[in-house]
Amino acid sequence: MAQYTLTTPLTSEDTKKLKAGDTVLLNGTIYTARDAAHKRLVELLEKGEELPFDIEGSVIYFVGPTPPKPGDPIGSAGPTTSYRMDSYSPTMLKYGSKGMIGKGKRNQAVKDACVEYDGIYFGATGGAGALLGKKITSAEVIAYPELGPEAVRKITVKDFPVTVINDTHGNDLYQMGREQYEVKD
Amino acid sequence: MREIAYEDVVKAVRDMIVYCGTDLPQDTYDALKKAMEEEKSPVSKEVIRQILENADIAKDEKRPLCQDTGLAVFFVKVGEDVKIKGGLLKDAINEGTEQGYKDAYLRASTCEPFSRANLKDKIGYNLPAIIHFDLVEGDKIDIEYAAKGGGSENVSRARVFAPAAGKEGIINYVKEVISEAGGNPCPPITVGVGIGGTFEKACISSKHALFRDIGSVNPDPELAEMEAKILEEINKLGIGAMGMGGTKTALAVHIESNPCHIASLPVSVNVQCHSSRHTHITI
Repeated sequence: MAQYTLTTPLTSEDTKKLKAGDTVLLNGTIYTARDAAHKRLVELLEKGEELPFDIEGSVIYFVGPTPPKPGDPIGSAGPTTSYRMDSYSPTMLKYGSKGMIGKGKRNQAVKDACVEYDGIYFGATGGAGALLGKKITSAEVIAYPELGPEAVRKITVKDFPVTVINDTHGNDLYQMGREQYEVKD
Repeated sequence: MREIAYEDVVKAVRDMIVYCGTDLPQDTYDALKKAMEEEKSPVSKEVIRQILENADIAKDEKRPLCQDTGLAVFFVKVGEDVKIKGGLLKDAINEGTEQGYKDAYLRASTCEPFSRANLKDKIGYNLPAIIHFDLVEGDKIDIEYAAKGGGSENVSRARVFAPAAGKEGIINYVKEVISEAGGNPCPPITVGVGIGGTFEKACISSKHALFRDIGSVNPDPELAEMEAKILEEINKLGIGAMGMGGTKTALAVHIESNPCHIASLPVSVNVQCHSSRHTHITI
């Protein structure tokens, strides 16, 4: 299992070399969106309208942070459970997004879209919100402020630690890892 | 009749919430450390290392352990010889909850079920708290608190079995629920199992079982043995920390059992994530 340091936006060249189980330190700009924001973003894409950010090569982080303490760019910011975004993610990948960060398993449609559009599903450690929040050096709400914690934020990350769960070759770390350690009677 | 000032309850609740937001309880921390040492998968071992580093950062810098700071859940035992002076006990707990969530910069996560609109501007910051009251002998109030996140709540299940299902049926059911949950509830988890009573009694018991300190032994030897058996079975599933494959899927299984109807065997499985934020105070 290899270790990489990557900077966004990601290219197909970046994503194709990654394998399930690899660890990556992400740098650069990423965007936050959860359930309600995804619904709106996908509606825009399907109507052929512009998104509030450049989707090409983008990485989307499924997170709803805590309010920042005075002087901090953001509060605690660990991943939320990803399956709730399953119905939206294939469309995001189809239009050029290259990565997603969340936690928990994805459905087959998302895994297939990762193969078809050179996308990666990264897992971050759920419940490590204080640690992950510190890897975010700036944050700015760029759309849907009325959604509160669910607003779309443009954030800058420095050495943000993630693990490749679903790669562009159809591998799934959750399946592979579990098969390796399952004890059958 | 002993009188307790309304403000004293508000402050006690507020302090518990602020503490749990940033300080992982010692029992949880110790259990995670032991799990990290025993974990066989290097990937899961690294995940648990990050979880412990996160706990250290949260404690030192007073940052929330997790962005999901939960719904506030309370089990309150009220002595029959206690009177709250200056207001209702329920209001004091809600007021303390609101203050604690605001003061510690915790997330307000309560919303209307259909519109999904956040309720913080309508009825208060992360209100209403979920409160289970019980009346007991004496002149004290005992308040147990836990922050309950959404990811682990979403995989929780309940079912009423026919009595013939027995112990084996219960063990298989718990395994099935945890297997299906995979990495979603943020393992290594604590599993609360409520057995018996009525449908809702089993559910509430499974929730209360999560408030017990990890590493404590069930005083009922039969249940203690069953807890050990279920824990062993769950850790054979291979799910591991955050579902990445490993030998430490659960830190503990806690069972609470109640007498039930001759026709029924209710079973509830309530899951808590690795960030088991719980504490209690007696006033």
